[in-house]
Amino acid sequence: MTTSVTPDADVIGKRSEHLYFALRNPKVVIGLTIVIGLLLLGVIGPFFLNNDPNEYIGPKSEGPSGDFWLGTTYFGQDVFSQFVHGLRSSYLVGGLGAVIAFAIGLSVGFTAGYRGGIVDELLNMLTNVVLVLPALAVLIVISSYLEVRGVVSQGIIIGLFSWPWVARAVRAQSFTLRNRDYVDLAKLTGKRAPQIIIKEIMPNMASYLLMSVILLFGGAILFAAMLDFIGLGPTNAVSLGTMMQQSMAWSALHLGLWWWFVPPGVAITAIVGSLYITNVGLDEVFNPKLREM
Amino acid sequence: MLELENVWKSYRVGSLGSKRLTAVRDVSFTIAPGEVLSVVGESGSGKTTIGKMVLQLISVSKGTIRLNGQDITAARHAQRKEYYRRVQGVFQDPFSSYNPIFKADRVLETVRESFFPGTSRSEWGDKVERTLLSVGLDPTAVRGKYPHQLSGGQLQRMLIARALLLDIEVLVADEIISMLDASTRIDVLNLLGDLKERGLGVLFVTHDLSLANYISERVIIMRHGAVVEMGATGKVFGDPRHPYSRNLLASVPQLHRKWADAPDELEELEPDGDRELAPPALTQVDEDHWAAAGS
Ligand SMILES: Nc1ncnc2c1ncn2[C@@H]1O[C@H](COP(=O)(O)OP(=O)(O)OP(=O)(O)O)[C@@H](O)[C@H]1O
Ligand SMILES: [Mg+2]
Repeated sequence: MTTSVTPDADVIGKRSEHLYFALRNPKVVIGLTIVIGLLLLGVIGPFFLNNDPNEYIGPKSEGPSGDFWLGTTYFGQDVFSQFVHGLRSSYLVGGLGAVIAFAIGLSVGFTAGYRGGIVDELLNMLTNVVLVLPALAVLIVISSYLEVRGVVSQGIIIGLFSWPWVARAVRAQSFTLRNRDYVDLAKLTGKRAPQIIIKEIMPNMASYLLMSVILLFGGAILFAAMLDFIGLGPTNAVSLGTMMQQSMAWSALHLGLWWWFVPPGVAITAIVGSLYITNVGLDEVFNPKLREM
Repeated sequence: MLELENVWKSYRVGSLGSKRLTAVRDVSFTIAPGEVLSVVGESGSGKTTIGKMVLQLISVSKGTIRLNGQDITAARHAQRKEYYRRVQGVFQDPFSSYNPIFKADRVLETVRESFFPGTSRSEWGDKVERTLLSVGLDPTAVRGKYPHQLSGGQLQRMLIARALLLDIEVLVADEIISMLDASTRIDVLNLLGDLKERGLGVLFVTHDLSLANYISERVIIMRHGAVVEMGATGKVFGDPRHPYSRNLLASVPQLHRKWADAPDELEELEPDGDRELAPPALTQVDEDHWAAAGS
């Protein structure tokens, strides 16, 4: 290797190289645009709209119009207002579930993988137990016992059940990485285990961790929608899933009120689908072999 | 200076640590300032395990390791960090010793972070420059480069420089030149020679008997986790008393001998027995020359 010919290309470093390719990868750009666009709608939208999306403010069962962009429900509620608030709830559930699952998954995975031995075996047992628990059944039981179900409690519950696969993957990766000599060298420099995990091991898995957060996020949104749809959604807020559930409960399909159930369904599909597309794109960015030149 | 006394190491293997594998059995030796001690022996004989115990990367199962009379095996984190000011290591694979996503000279910077947080950048820069020059590296050629942009020899020298930034007394060098090509090898080996001139003690782990012969004052031959013979290099290699040592020396390829010239018959050796038992005791056969019984 010639060392002095291409100094600039190498000084840029791998991180900015990844950013460079990410911003030029159509999958990443399209996926992120959709996800962020809907996020902005959910975050900013409610400030310009009716505070209570369940208020009966218009004519019943009206199609989309200039006043009500997505029409009204069977009871005369503004579908667009519900949709925007629902987006906000879905993102909140997804974000909360992803953050909690990620935090637990990382802690368990790194502790098990880095410490090894008996600690590892115990944590691995715990991981496997949570992994094979019929999460849906447990969630149904917990959810139905909660007096008031909110978006936050739903996010927390989902987070508490979706970490095992992250923990397993992180454990497997740190298992190999901890045997690298640079980990020993960091110990010889007087570094403690948490510093070594954060400064030596985690940066080597950064791409993987980013992709797991994205998958957790999409998974939590989907899971929440499913709970909502079977009637275990938040009782004090509107979400995309409860919109679907309400519209089905009042036979929107038969009555031809397509504007009631199509937008939330499309939005859930678009968010989750875009997250997956982003992930595939990121995979190409991080694995140059998959990159289309 | 560095002293191992009846050191044992058993690894826990199997589920829930149910089985034990004894990798090092009752090993005792000392390293004096300005001395290179070579540890040779077959693969799996426990050489790396000894080095890692000296570096306190793994715990000692039984026995003690002392530096200048002070037991270092039970040290707490702060004491261990002080120990690392005086004892450092360099490993076999230069490419695994560097985190591939960071620049190579980060290994020098982390030494400043950890051990010399008060030193100013310019002062530190001067020190790094002097140290790099002293291991035969051109600072401008190696600073700011990623590990894959440097050669194995440059990387190993930079690791030695890293150790020298601290005022070390003992360097553990575990097969540090086995991945280098022949010409770079001799340079790094001569660098070790300079270090011992400066009064460092070096624990030199190697497969290569001729390297051990070239560089070291004293040598230890290991088999199945135990020492079979040790002493002054000239005596052990010139007059090997243990059958294993004789086989080892007979199997060194010679420059002027072809395979077809039929090597000497190798002697029968005892098979690996119960590793929990104490190995055959060493008896002194000459001044500074010990061999295990059964020879
Ligand atoms: N972390 C570990 N857990 C369990 N057993 C281990 C571990 N590390 C080493 N061993 C075992 O201990 C024994 C000695 O290993 P060690 O690495 O010290 O040998 P070595 O003399 O350095 O060999 P080589 O010349 O191949 O480097 C081997 O049988 C090995 O399988
Ligand atoms: Mg070894």
